[in-house]
Amino acid sequence: MNATVAMMLALAVGTYAFRLVGPALHGRVELPARVQELLSAGAIVLLVALLATGALTEGGGFAGWARPAGVLVGGVLAWLRAPFVVVVLGAAGATALLRAVGVA
Amino acid sequence: MFLRHPELIRDASLVWLASGVVGVSFGAIAVTGGLPVWVPVVMSLVVYAGSAQFSAVGVLLAGGGPFAAAATGLLLNTRTVAFSLAVAESIGRGRLARLLGAHLVTDETVAFALAQTDPARRRAAFWISGVGLFAVWNAGVLLGALAGSALGDTGTYGLDAAFPAVLVALVLPALRTDSAVRRSALLGAALALAVTPAVPAGVPVLVALAGLAVYGRRRTA
Repeated sequence: MNATVAMMLALAVGTYAFRLVGPALHGRVELPARVQELLSAGAIVLLVALLATGALTEGGGFAGWARPAGVLVGGVLAWLRAPFVVVVLGAAGATALLRAVGVA
Repeated sequence: MFLRHPELIRDASLVWLASGVVGVSFGAIAVTGGLPVWVPVVMSLVVYAGSAQFSAVGVLLAGGGPFAAAATGLLLNTRTVAFSLAVAESIGRGRLARLLGAHLVTDETVAFALAQTDPARRRAAFWISGVGLFAVWNAGVLLGALAGSALGDTGTYGLDAAFPAVLVALVLPALRTDSAVRRSALLGAALALAVTPAVPAGVPVLVALAGLAVYGRRRTA
């Protein structure tokens, strides 16, 4: 069990150190405007990659049709400027519905 | 701050609800896999990163050993460096705000903050979604660890589609208005998907940053 505690501590300390980089540097190190612009764009690039891999893959393979189909429904609703609530419930509902009728 | 932004609370509460249920399933998976109740509970409080927790516990339960478990989780969390830099302005400059805010940097809080246009709303969105998410996630994990596998398969509710959809809704405004961000994000997502079968979890998203190569040189303010 000591090894598990060490694992949790390493993961906790490492993760916190990653997260502290931004707040710790803010206002102390002046980043060039170009770098700040790339950071904002980079955050969006990371989020889009997360949503794409999260929608389509599971454990390195294809996630099945129900999940990406639900996300697509959510995407269309968002494109039509539907309220956030409708987008999220629409995506989950479509996936749940597909699974209920036997689509994996 | 909380009462002045009912619409932020309304939108965030959906993310809280979905995260809470995922937290329940995390607690249940860890305990039914053979870990004592305190492991998922303490881990959620001190690590506080859903995907990294699932991966680390998955490696542990598969017999991969604590070193591999920590390495997998850390690799997944490297993206928070970029996220913390992107939301540093919203976190604020007080010492306590920096120390507490850092712990609340997650995919969801960053997406929520960056989806707002003016700085004051960004700050409110970060803190409202962050504090609520921390509370609900940890309550969910505790509940799941105590209840075990009573909840059943969360896939039935389509929750796995809710998270990508949340991100779609939050990034779409930026993708609509900014063509440089759009082409970088599309290239990045394509690269991430292409390498997913071949590399460890956490790497595909980092590979996506190569999409910034087509960002271009405009707007040097």
